[in-house]
Amino acid sequence: MSDVFNIDGREVPFTPGQTVMQAALTAGVFIPHLCYHPEFKPHGSCKLCTVKVNGQPASSCTLPAAAGMEVESNTPEILDKRKMLLQMLLVEGNHFCPSCEKSGHCKLQALGYELEVMTPHFNQFYPNRPVDASHHDVLLDFNRCILCELCIRASAEVDKKNVFALSGRGITKHLIVNAESGRLADTDFALADKAAQVCPVGVILPKRVGFAVPIGQRRFDAAPISAHVDEFVPVAPARQGERQ
Amino acid sequence: MNAQAVKPKVRIATTSLAGCFGCHMSFLDIDERILPLLDVVEFDRSPLTDIKRCGPCDVGIVEGGVCNAENVHVLREFRNNCKILVAIGACAANGGLPAQRNHLDLRDILEEVYQTDPGVGHGGIPNDPELPLPLNQVHPIHEVVKVDYFLPGCPPPADAIWKFLTDLIAGRTPHLGHGLIHYD
Amino acid sequence: MPEALATIVTEVVDKHGRDGTRLMQILREVQEVHGWLPPAAITAIAAAVGWPRARVESTAGFYSFFHTQPRGRYRVLWSDNITDRMLGNMALMDAMCKKLWLEPGRVSEDGLVSVDTTSCTGMCDQGPAVLVNYRAIPGMTPERVEHMTELIRKQVPVADWPAEWFAIQDNVRRADILLDNDMAPGVALAACFARGPADSLLAASNERSWREGVHTHSQGPSATLDEIKKSNLRGRGGAGFTTGIKWEACHHAPGETRYVVCNADEGEPGTFKDRVLLTRQPDLVFEGMTVAAYVVGAAKGYVYLRGEYRYLLEPLNAVLSRRRQQGLLGRGIGGQPGFDFDIEVHLGAGAYVCGEESALIESLEGKRGVPRNRPPYPVTNGFLNQPTIVNNVETFAAAALVAAKGGDWYRAFGTAKSAGTKLLSVSGDCARPGIYEYPFGVTVAQVLADCGAADTQAVQVSGPSGVCLADNEFGRRIAFEDIPTAGAFMVFDRSRDMFEVARNFTHFFAHESCGFCTPCRVGTSLLKNLMDKIADGHGTQYDLNEIYKLNQLLQMAAHCGLGHTACHPLFDTMEKFRPAYQRRLKSLEFEPAFDLDAALSQARQMTGRDDAGAHLESAEEAAK
Repeated sequence: MSDVFNIDGREVPFTPGQTVMQAALTAGVFIPHLCYHPEFKPHGSCKLCTVKVNGQPASSCTLPAAAGMEVESNTPEILDKRKMLLQMLLVEGNHFCPSCEKSGHCKLQALGYELEVMTPHFNQFYPNRPVDASHHDVLLDFNRCILCELCIRASAEVDKKNVFALSGRGITKHLIVNAESGRLADTDFALADKAAQVCPVGVILPKRVGFAVPIGQRRFDAAPISAHVDEFVPVAPARQGERQ
Repeated sequence: MNAQAVKPKVRIATTSLAGCFGCHMSFLDIDERILPLLDVVEFDRSPLTDIKRCGPCDVGIVEGGVCNAENVHVLREFRNNCKILVAIGACAANGGLPAQRNHLDLRDILEEVYQTDPGVGHGGIPNDPELPLPLNQVHPIHEVVKVDYFLPGCPPPADAIWKFLTDLIAGRTPHLGHGLIHYD
Repeated sequence: MPEALATIVTEVVDKHGRDGTRLMQILREVQEVHGWLPPAAITAIAAAVGWPRARVESTAGFYSFFHTQPRGRYRVLWSDNITDRMLGNMALMDAMCKKLWLEPGRVSEDGLVSVDTTSCTGMCDQGPAVLVNYRAIPGMTPERVEHMTELIRKQVPVADWPAEWFAIQDNVRRADILLDNDMAPGVALAACFARGPADSLLAASNERSWREGVHTHSQGPSATLDEIKKSNLRGRGGAGFTTGIKWEACHHAPGETRYVVCNADEGEPGTFKDRVLLTRQPDLVFEGMTVAAYVVGAAKGYVYLRGEYRYLLEPLNAVLSRRRQQGLLGRGIGGQPGFDFDIEVHLGAGAYVCGEESALIESLEGKRGVPRNRPPYPVTNGFLNQPTIVNNVETFAAAALVAAKGGDWYRAFGTAKSAGTKLLSVSGDCARPGIYEYPFGVTVAQVLADCGAADTQAVQVSGPSGVCLADNEFGRRIAFEDIPTAGAFMVFDRSRDMFEVARNFTHFFAHESCGFCTPCRVGTSLLKNLMDKIADGHGTQYDLNEIYKLNQLLQMAAHCGLGHTACHPLFDTMEKFRPAYQRRLKSLEFEPAFDLDAALSQARQMTGRDDAGAHLESAEEAAK
């Protein structure tokens, strides 16, 4: 049997060149993820999409699909690890959902609900990450950054501006902007940039439109993130960049 | 006496540490469901009873994070007396709003508030032994004592609290599905 | 930007052809003159190489040895491997800080000096070691601390410090085929050429394009590859991949050109054998690289030398120029038409993770040293996306011997499954620390006897990411089939606290995590905090369980070997030296994550209170 693999007992077809994640999402099988985005190349850093393939752990977003693979995804062991990864992200930054404009639209939060993360569990790092409100149209709140690099990739690949980059390493790794002053206002960043629209959490926020959608009608209020699987289906390369 | 009356009531204590009592208010939002609840539970130390010291209880529900020495004493009192300790709300779970001061140096905060600020900054930093000293940082309660269950939300909706309590009282592992788990 | 700095930047970027892939060298050379990398310099460098500024800052911010903030005109870094600790580095560092009125990690008010720690500098057999402005000084003593602080206070340039301070000992205690080698430069290459007709390379390159695999019909290269395969040589950097297979895959991979990279980023704490090989046998290493280039069809080679070995740069460059004069590098090597190959030494800047081959390649390209997603592997998509072989220093040296003397000759050394010899870097509690070269198969007990170790409690083989052996395992053998190693061999006698050994390693991993993936970035720091909590006397069984859970996650989900192995030292010591942990644990089930009483310190200071209510008793006292 060619071009089919198995995920938690369900058959998933794939086309050659697709990753396990791309094939699964296309087939309507949700795999939790944060650094994956349908319009960008796989990144493999958040590790939320970790699965076991033929008994061996792997990142499903970067692993090319192969015929006959036996993929485990929603097993208690793997769900437990994904939960720990979410908890790590929650304590690494300062995630105070009640004051966040992205609440209800945030993928980190939605995955927390999906995986029933009731507590950050680990000890909080409480890092000091000042916000950058210098830009006329956009606020940067680094407290919530999960270092998925989507804004970096969008700014480099789609906007051709390279507004964002990472500096530091390990637990001190952090987002920087392309200006000697370190201020977003001194870059050529614009609200219409692709990079302004890809943040899965509440770092890059348009000003003057906060809390526009009432509670109850927000993106992940009505249905859990796993029910939004069709929104994450990879865009064919020809169409990449079209979708907002 | 019928058999039901013999069954002992579940004894519950509640408190708010560095919190706003919003979680308690949300609890009261269970409205008339409080009547059947009182058939099966009774309250020990709680803002609802005005009992000042916590006695032996089945369940302790703690709202708010730990921001000062008194919070530590109360939290330990709850842990020592309650079989099951529950963290309720965002502040108990991750420090919440009070923890937004954590990136500031406490010394700078005290100076700003009690010495520099033109409004109240005249009397100097209070040093009355009756007052609990603030901790350098605000902490979630699970960093100070072992916590058995967490109920997130700011506040958790009344329905979530109701579901949680009824599960617990019925001897089930509390389980909130989609729509009841909220971090905001 | 001050004119002087602008001049430095222009000179350096021009020297490097304004090529962004040479960014590491550009940043280092600007910093060597100016002391640090001011924002304006970053901007100017970015403009010169045509890169976005943020990308240049991104690279500068990744490496420990690059400074985007002033770090003092004298920067003293104390090597902080456990072996340096055992030799008393902390007391010496404290003494130095006291004399300079400094806190570790802080720059003095006058901007003169800063004192801090750094990961193992590879001087474990002659510690405690420091780096002063990135020049290595081993053998620190209280007298040297005294003298050094005086020189710093008097602002004597480091170049004028006593020359003997900078003398690095080789300490070769046991030599075998590698360290005893006395083959003249060029002999191994001559042997390669002798295996094929002289015009084969040119003929082949005329007949077939590089893309199709130039050397397929060329007898010299393929015959040499056959010898390498026959020798059963395996990589000496730790992973033990079969060298012949790697070279063959690179040889067959389509590409515009190919690269040979020597991994001299010897960052695994306790390892210093590549330093000695590059000091004693640089020709053998370069010859091995040239043999590799001949086999795979590469035109360019790099030695990625760890920044801690900066002092080796000039001597190695001198050897390279001599080899060019001898016709052993450059165009038409050894008179073989079409065999053009040259080698350049590229310095790292303080990042252990660059020892991972794909991270090393990223660093060679001027980027952050983050391991790539694999596949594809470097043999097909390596440096600048071209087929690249990355091998350890010792592997290249051994390959040169194989090329000269044949695979069968080499295979006669060692065991059936582990051919040849292995260099061990022996340090810690023994009379004769240094380099020991043994045929594979030597027992741990033999090494211990030879180095004069007494009353040995444990041996950490292959560094923190390796394995910790207790005394009932000293009969085991150094070999791929038993105890594989990259070369570190740290000895601990019974006076040592194995918990502190593991804690030192945990700090190392947290410091060196590149931060790319969530589990390693956050997990290594959580592990460090847990070990510190236990060390402070606040650990419980709960904390050990947490370590266990973190280990499972890192094993399963980390992006690279650093994360996979970050828990090894904890696990080995927890299992084999349980009492070292148990005696630190509280009997209670749970202890707060932080010191409660200390958390009231600032409020006590501000209120002047010290009454009973201004203190918090520990959980243990409270429970009474």
